[in-house]
Amino acid sequence: MAHEHKLEIFRGLWKFKSNTQKIWGVLAFLTFVTAIEVVLGIYKPEILMGQILGMKGLNWIFIILTIVKAYYITWDFMHMRDETKGLRRAVVWTGIFLICYLIFILLQEGGYIESVYSNGFIKRDF
Amino acid sequence: MNTTVATTGTETKTWGGGNKPLKASYGKMMMWFFILSDALTFSGFLAAYGFSRFKFIGSWPIADEVFTHIPFFHGNYPMIYVAFMTFVLIMSSVTMVLAVDAGHHLRQKAVTWYMFLTIIGGLIFVGSQAWEWGTFIKGDFGAVQTKGGNILQFGHYETIEGEKVFVRDAVKNFATATVTDRTQHERKNGLWFVSEDALPEYTVNDVYKGLESHSNILVRTQDINEHGEKTVLTREESLKQIKTNGKQVVHGANLHVNEYGSPLFGDFFFFITGFHGFHVFSGVIINIIIFFNVVLGTYERRKNYEMVEKVGLYWHFVDLVWVFVFTFFYLV
Repeated sequence: MAHEHKLEIFRGLWKFKSNTQKIWGVLAFLTFVTAIEVVLGIYKPEILMGQILGMKGLNWIFIILTIVKAYYITWDFMHMRDETKGLRRAVVWTGIFLICYLIFILLQEGGYIESVYSNGFIKRDF
Repeated sequence: MNTTVATTGTETKTWGGGNKPLKASYGKMMMWFFILSDALTFSGFLAAYGFSRFKFIGSWPIADEVFTHIPFFHGNYPMIYVAFMTFVLIMSSVTMVLAVDAGHHLRQKAVTWYMFLTIIGGLIFVGSQAWEWGTFIKGDFGAVQTKGGNILQFGHYETIEGEKVFVRDAVKNFATATVTDRTQHERKNGLWFVSEDALPEYTVNDVYKGLESHSNILVRTQDINEHGEKTVLTREESLKQIKTNGKQVVHGANLHVNEYGSPLFGDFFFFITGFHGFHVFSGVIINIIIFFNVVLGTYERRKNYEMVEKVGLYWHFVDLVWVFVFTFFYLV
């Protein structure tokens, strides 16, 4: 129910006394993650620029950190953590499944068209 | 009642109705499903952006070179302002969730204040976005668009702290505008049903003359080399490119041209951040309505602040989308 909150994040590693405290804790965590992203974005360490699975390592870090942030916004700010399993799964898995599917098709096709541009007979360098 | 509604004796049983397996009110559940569908809309846009980016992976603009400004300061500060915007939005998300929490404890005063702060945060964000748009539309250095639609930018090499760096040059710093007999077409002096955008200040020929007389200035293409930087042409190649391929001088960005690179970058930027900004704007409006309801004591009399929770969900969703827009437009 709406009035009962699970007052812990990181699987119980960080416990809070009240819901208000938990909110500030989550804010601290989100700010920390954003700060890491900004610092990495400005300095772009050379080690992370290598290609991993078709993308720069740094970009994978950004995407993973974004999903981490999205998780805490949904779970703690939107109180998904306190909803029933049924509602949570209905909303979250539907979204994840359709979005992954969409991303797969579009990026796959984008890469294909790029290969046509670079290997085919289409001239763009004028 | 009993005379009009048949009692079947199954009300308390699982399929008899009346029980709520998801333990959420109708309104809240529908807000969740609206958010789900809106999330799919946004991911459609972002995936389309990804499509175009993968299509032009070797020549896509580098965000750090595009968004480098902070209000009231000169110089090159990539990321700082947009990080500030992100923080403002997360902060207003926090005040929103605090309002929801205060609502659970029926503290009208606290809800009022937190809602007020949330609205202020939203307005700061929308204002910042307007400024960001303005800067992007106004542009920086200017560039030449080629017949093939590519962008050629200008700059020279300089040694800063023992390192050779490519410093961008603005078109207006080396080109001199010459008088041409081409005048701006207006409805009153030409065809009344045709309009024309403002003419560029310089012609390609002006730029070519300027380039000829400044021997240190080179042309930079959009192509990204193996070091992840844009390719800089040699002096001869620079002159040749402008001479043979130059079509028009562009300054800033709009839906047709974009001095930073592919016009698609500008199109997606305007469309996605615009659509997000519209969500923030409508979120602010809804927040204001709820704010007045709180002030008037509507929910106090209802003894239930669930409306605050529902708009709170929408407001957090706007923040959630921004987290992704931030990553895909500014970081990746």
